[in-house]
Amino acid sequence: MRQSFDDISAQLKGRHRKSARLKWMSMGALGLAGLFLVFFFTDMLIKGLPAFQQAQVQVQVDYNEMAQDIPLAAVEEDVRPLVSRGYLRLIPGRMEDNPDLLGTTRMEWVLADGQVDQYLKGHHTNLSASEESVVDELAAEGRAELKFNTNFFTRGDSKMPELAGIASAAMGTVMTLLVTIAVAFPIGVMTAVYLEEFAPDNRFTQMIEININNLAAIPSILFGLLGLAIFINFFGVPRSSPLVGGLTLALMTLPVIIIATRTALRSVPDTIRHAAFGVGCSRWQVVRDHVLPVSMPGIMTGSIIGLAQAMGETAPLIIVGMVAFIPDVTATFTDAATVMPAQIFTWAGEPDRAFTEKTAGGILVLLTILIALNATAVVLRKKFERRW
Amino acid sequence: MDMKVADRGVTMSGHDAGQPVTRNEQANHELSIRVRDLNLWYGDTQALKNISADVFQKNVTALIGPSGCGKSTFLRCLNRMNDLIPSVRLNGLIEMDGRDINEAKMDEVALRRRVGMVFQKPNPFPKSIYENIAYAPRMHDLVSRKADQDELVEKALREAGLWNEVKDKLQQPGTSLSGGQQQRLCIARAIAVQPDVILMDEPTSALDPISTATIEDLIDKLKQDFTIITVTHNMQQAARVADYTAFFHLGEMVEYNDTKTMFANPHTKKAEDYITGRYG
Repeated sequence: MRQSFDDISAQLKGRHRKSARLKWMSMGALGLAGLFLVFFFTDMLIKGLPAFQQAQVQVQVDYNEMAQDIPLAAVEEDVRPLVSRGYLRLIPGRMEDNPDLLGTTRMEWVLADGQVDQYLKGHHTNLSASEESVVDELAAEGRAELKFNTNFFTRGDSKMPELAGIASAAMGTVMTLLVTIAVAFPIGVMTAVYLEEFAPDNRFTQMIEININNLAAIPSILFGLLGLAIFINFFGVPRSSPLVGGLTLALMTLPVIIIATRTALRSVPDTIRHAAFGVGCSRWQVVRDHVLPVSMPGIMTGSIIGLAQAMGETAPLIIVGMVAFIPDVTATFTDAATVMPAQIFTWAGEPDRAFTEKTAGGILVLLTILIALNATAVVLRKKFERRW
Repeated sequence: MDMKVADRGVTMSGHDAGQPVTRNEQANHELSIRVRDLNLWYGDTQALKNISADVFQKNVTALIGPSGCGKSTFLRCLNRMNDLIPSVRLNGLIEMDGRDINEAKMDEVALRRRVGMVFQKPNPFPKSIYENIAYAPRMHDLVSRKADQDELVEKALREAGLWNEVKDKLQQPGTSLSGGQQQRLCIARAIAVQPDVILMDEPTSALDPISTATIEDLIDKLKQDFTIITVTHNMQQAARVADYTAFFHLGEMVEYNDTKTMFANPHTKKAEDYITGRYG
């Protein structure tokens, strides 16, 4: 029995409706995810951008004799609670280095106390009414301002929020990641090359592949326990150092790099290998001269992504002790250090309200670096994919 | 028999029908490769059954037959490319220069230096044209100085008939050439290591007719220096280029003769049926 187009169309209405529903549901899911992202970024930006500004006040600093022992004497009484104690502590040292300062009086922009900073940013503070009025006066005269917070990028952690910075944590992250790359990349790539190009395809190697895939999914805190038991307790690596942190993260990143490398190697067409065998290459020459150069962009992309993941890991590093209070930038791989996620974690736990914005500011810095790393990976992949 | 061949329109290039085609009249009868009772299994399936043949030096030998009859498998045995397939098992003798190429003492890398291969789909290395040619000789320590390498690259490209087309763009990637040019590049790459034998697995089946004709002329020229064994699906191509032809059917080498006899006067019914097109 022949059906006309109209008959068939009438039957299809239900299917078209279902298709449309599915399409709208998918778009709705995407919209919801987008909304979460927007909400998160807006919140972080609102809370974190103020961290990049720090209040300074312009006061008269009197480098008199008493100031050499009691720095508080260098400033007038009514502004004493408004000036950062950290700044005051530096005055005797400066007077020693520069004897000409003795006896002079200058108007200087000095770092304000954390409470003044919070007051100027509009938050509730512990300042008394009189202190607040002094600040208001100074602000009216243009002698109390929010300026760009270079301390955040040049100094390490501090008990005083106005001096707290992310530099030591950033350095710790860099050193830890250096150890991670140096250990995980060669071992991971070589393992994957062996498994993919040299190992026979039998039950044993298949089991290895299954286990490596499982390792990539293990909760990271377990790697921290592993690091504690093996590296710190058994091998005696110094606790809280970039060395032990890097080794622990290397264990964690190894499965990721192995899987990424295997995928990249598998995507090299067999015709290239056959051509290389055909001109008389040994198996190792086929891999080194033909397969690896072609698959290197894919390997690097996967490794960069694995590294970006490692950079944000906090739990395993907490177990190996990298949540110490690190005011100075770490010098060697065996000194105590902290990493950015751990620093953010520490700041988040501080009772002083001024640290809230530091936490968000640290998150912004971390996010920027992560996005930059992932963007590098994408650019690398695009750039080399076309050359095929 | 002649009539049947003529009916099918099998023409020999460049000559009137009926005139004998000028082949390599001083056909070399020195032995290149000797095969005796070769059997091969893919797992449990037997793909080659008791193949025996003598391949002579500086001749073109064509392997013809319907799809799946074992021609490419046999070809790959000759340079041990089947070693790369884990499920392959074989027994029998393949002898070159008096030595069994499958014995444990034989280094397959050394074998592949003397027996080169050109594949069905052109597969130049993802390197520059220059590097495609220079890589293998350098790896085999045939040349080291840059001047020697340049000379070798030019010689190989000239022999493959590609020099004039690429001499100004040697640093461009090999994959930037057209299909026919890529295949000639692969041939140049194969002859650069100065092998004794060149195996060609359906070298023109992926190319257009003009490139095909160019490569067939090239094969005719190359056989003065190399022994060439080529698998082809195209009977006319075998008739055009080959001195000797072997007909395969379901894993057996049914007939092996010089080309003139094979096409004018096939000795077996199966060969005759295939050649006259009764089945494909």
